[in-house]
Amino acid sequence: MSLWEYANPVKFIRTTDMVLPWISVLAVLCLVTGLIWGFFFTPEDYRQGSTVKIIYLHVPSALMAINAWMMMLVASIIWIVRRHHVSALAARAAAPVGAVMTLIALATGALWGQPMWGTWWAWDPRLTSFLILFLFYLGYIALWSAIEDDDTAADLSSILCLVGSVFAVLSRYAVNFWNQGLHQGASLSLDKEENVADVFYFPLLVCIAGFVLLFVALVFLRTQTEIRARRTRALIAREQRG
Amino acid sequence: MMPDLGKYAGVVLSSYVVALGLIVALVAVSIWRARRVKAALEQVEKRSKRDG
Repeated sequence: MSLWEYANPVKFIRTTDMVLPWISVLAVLCLVTGLIWGFFFTPEDYRQGSTVKIIYLHVPSALMAINAWMMMLVASIIWIVRRHHVSALAARAAAPVGAVMTLIALATGALWGQPMWGTWWAWDPRLTSFLILFLFYLGYIALWSAIEDDDTAADLSSILCLVGSVFAVLSRYAVNFWNQGLHQGASLSLDKEENVADVFYFPLLVCIAGFVLLFVALVFLRTQTEIRARRTRALIAREQRG
Repeated sequence: MMPDLGKYAGVVLSSYVVALGLIVALVAVSIWRARRVKAALEQVEKRSKRDG
């Protein structure tokens, strides 16, 4: 069976309808377990105090903010190359989810930064590239809404997505590119020496799993909605033509 | 049951309220729109079948 079979809207809706309840339940389980574990059953950090508990929201949302754009990039490239409507609609469906993840990362980062850095905001490379990424999300959503013809909207928003990918990558690697600014390096690393302590690491992994599953569930649901909305528009247009 | 968050209680709790509030709102809007669009499509499909 080929992956491209899922580019068929009917097949996509039928398959996602089957897996959506399971993914949703798993997402809720992981989120509830991870957040309760992190909030109630982990100690304070010796330097950050109780603000370390913000990590369980900030790191997964920041991770999803970048990866949502990367998923949109892959879907946009598929649209440009193969003209599968489902991929263009999946990218459209993911954008508001990515925007909310970016907003959560920015808000929780500001709330953590005030007591730790003494400021809500700094024009630091990572913070600035994240703000630009958020503006790209808003621009992408606005572009889809502003153009009536679905194919033209998909074409133009795909190009915008390609351009915005630079900032998605910058958001991830800004700390490494410019060795300046307030933001510290990655909290998660394959190098055990650089990782956060195990007591914070395991609940963080569960929270990340929860955010990933939540993203997948929402993108499936929202893509189904976009497919149905597109079909509704097509039927109404056919009626109007007589 | 509630952990002692010390002097940072305000920012920690605000982070959770803001983040969970945004997630709940996103999920609620997604489900609400999914139902609305599904109902609209069913109505249009019924109408186009009836009208041939």
